[in-house]
Amino acid sequence: MDVRALLKDAGLAAFVAFMLALPMIGFQTVDFSGGVGITVVTRFGDVAISVVLVFVGRLALSLLQYPSWRPPLLMASVVVVVGLPLLKTQAHYPVITWLAVIASAVIAVRSAWLHFDVSGVVGRDENNRMGDAAAFIGRWFGPVFVLFAVIFPFLPTTSRYLLDLGILVLTYVMLGWGLNVVVGLAGLLDLGYVAFYAVGAYSYAIIARDFGLTFWACLPLAGLFAAFFGVILGFPVLRLRGDYLAIVTLGFGEIIRIVLLNWASFSGGPNGISSIPRPSFLGMPFHPNPPEGVTSFHQFFNIDFSAEHRIVFLYYLILILALVTNSFTLRIRKLPIGRAWEALREDEIACRALGINPTNTKLTAFAIGAMFAGFAGAFFATRQGFISPESFSFIESAVILAIVVLGGMGSQIGVVLAAVLLIGVPEFFRELAQFRMLAFGAAMVGIMIWRPRGLLAHRDPSIRLSDAAGAGR
Amino acid sequence: MTRTPLLQVEHLTMRFGGLIAVNDISFTAYDREITAIIGPNGAGKTTVFNCLTGFYNAPVGRLRLTGARGEFLLERMDGFRIAQKGGVARTFQNIRLFPQMTVLENLIIAQHNTLMRASGYTAAGLFGLKSYRDAEREAVELARSWLDRLGLTAQADWEAGNLPYGSQRRLEIARAMCTKPVLLCLDEPAAGLNPRESGELRELLTEIRDRRRIGVLLIEHDMSVVMGISDHIVVLDYGRLIADGTPAEVRSDPAVIRAYLGEEDTDQIPPEVARNLRQGGRV
Ligand SMILES: Nc1ncnc2c1ncn2[C@@H]1O[C@H](COP(=O)(O)OP(=O)(O)O)[C@@H](O)[C@H]1O
Ligand SMILES: [Mg+2]
Repeated sequence: MDVRALLKDAGLAAFVAFMLALPMIGFQTVDFSGGVGITVVTRFGDVAISVVLVFVGRLALSLLQYPSWRPPLLMASVVVVVGLPLLKTQAHYPVITWLAVIASAVIAVRSAWLHFDVSGVVGRDENNRMGDAAAFIGRWFGPVFVLFAVIFPFLPTTSRYLLDLGILVLTYVMLGWGLNVVVGLAGLLDLGYVAFYAVGAYSYAIIARDFGLTFWACLPLAGLFAAFFGVILGFPVLRLRGDYLAIVTLGFGEIIRIVLLNWASFSGGPNGISSIPRPSFLGMPFHPNPPEGVTSFHQFFNIDFSAEHRIVFLYYLILILALVTNSFTLRIRKLPIGRAWEALREDEIACRALGINPTNTKLTAFAIGAMFAGFAGAFFATRQGFISPESFSFIESAVILAIVVLGGMGSQIGVVLAAVLLIGVPEFFRELAQFRMLAFGAAMVGIMIWRPRGLLAHRDPSIRLSDAAGAGR
Repeated sequence: MTRTPLLQVEHLTMRFGGLIAVNDISFTAYDREITAIIGPNGAGKTTVFNCLTGFYNAPVGRLRLTGARGEFLLERMDGFRIAQKGGVARTFQNIRLFPQMTVLENLIIAQHNTLMRASGYTAAGLFGLKSYRDAEREAVELARSWLDRLGLTAQADWEAGNLPYGSQRRLEIARAMCTKPVLLCLDEPAAGLNPRESGELRELLTEIRDRRRIGVLLIEHDMSVVMGISDHIVVLDYGRLIADGTPAEVRSDPAVIRAYLGEEDTDQIPPEVARNLRQGGRV
């Protein structure tokens, strides 16, 4: 173990942290109390704490490279035992304390892992093991998750707030699954996925506004329109590869948003569209006093009206939409088109040599991914009752893509996990809202370092010789 | 046996900037024959394949394919259509399998167009109609027969990228064969194989010619393979065709000997190639 190299490396990291922290943490602009200007407050104590944290953390990380578990565990413990009381009194922000605790917990777990790992080698082997774990989780926990999702609204602990959060998470799960077709299976980097989400939402809002169609009539139309836009965009750009495709899709996402922002007569411009009709249950609205001749949900079932009925209904609606997306994807993976998507991701030239039409194959992936975004968009519109271009900014595309990448490209269960981590968990740390992006970035960097193929990267063969033999005979 | 032309190459020319990689080449490959294309490195052999399979658009030349599927002018077709409609399958000098997919999946993807039709362009497949399930079972059977033939059945569910190198080469040939081609183009299939494996390769190629009854175009440096199994050899040097004939004719052709053993090129050809060539090409 080369102590000097370790210290040098940690010192370098601390120096970089210092250069970054000095302008970003060291100075804060604050309004004068009268609101007539701003003044600068310095926070050098926080800078020092950050630098020390980075130094210690980097050292512990480097120590993890060695197949010895005691030093990192020791360092993590020292951070917690000595550091925390100090941080509590010094730091202006509890978030630094939190980061310190979480980081040392991670390091401690990793070192403990090393202890139990007989081979003591971290690397490809571990990836395989995690892949097996993913397969295991997918097979056994998938149904458990579904069951949990189904009974979730009726659990005694489930509040209205949690239910809303559940709907939000499920929306992202559905978007993640939809994008997984494009990015995970077909390997097309789409940075403008939110455009199709917007097309779906606006299709529903505008058709409902101008033609008075119901949610159920509009849902397929919204999917269709989004798929149509997918084809329109896909046709000229799908011959591009990698980075170029990413840039063009990014641009397309912005174009859609800017058109919606500026074409006021059509889309309501920045004001958006409001009073979008809410969905009904088999034609029965969720309304305390329905108009003459219409039976509302609570009247039909002879129960007291409660605003929560609609929330529960929306919850199940998005759950069903998401599950449909999932089973469609799982099924199409085993069909020729799904296999061709994956083959295209692996080697486009080989695909052409085998007579696979790359353009059409990519187009279908693009269109199907867009269609699911369109469904989700229609759901979003009916849930909010109000949409505006603000909801469809680039950051949404980035979040959805992050869910797919974090979960493990092509892994359905990984998407669920990542959506819970990225959308659900941050809601519990609302008071730390300003550090959300920081945590987001830290999580992504951590994933790229430890699990570059995603949390639960695992690929199930679409067909096995043994299974096929069983079916064939 | 009467020879039926399968592929007629006429005046094929391909330039890269100032470099004329293929210069006015004409030759004919016959059905149910192995036609070898040989020549020193950089002679333009792979470029001929790339023009033939639509990866490059040759500005000059005609490529007429008269196979069991009809007559096609390949120079006017998109790359994937040449494989899909014309029935030209190929392998690559640097193996191009789908490395993260299984061995079996590689062979199933090769039957994409058949299965696509059987799945009613996905609709019938989504609902799991019997016609599609039958078609898939047939596809698996075809794949299995190739796996059995190559002794890869036990590795069917492995990731293709995890196979040993020699098996990857053979799998790539099997994958090309699973498209049910009329013309099989192999780019240096024996590269990197040990003597036992290249012996097996020779057997495999003669079997493909005699039992599957299709034409084979073969680029190869291993003279034991080339001289042993080809019916007909075309020799390229600096993009030009310098000889065209039976193995015996080509072997004694002074232009060929000059191209291979000529002073400026001696260092480019592997010594064992030179030795094989001098010894008459049989190991
Ligand atoms: N895409 C390309 N762009 C530019 N030059 C190329 C390209 N492909 C091949 N060449 C050149 O054409 C010549 C013939 O190459 P190739 O057909 O690969 O030879 P080989 O007979 O060894 O297969 C070489 O000089 C090579 O550098
Ligand atoms: Mg070559």
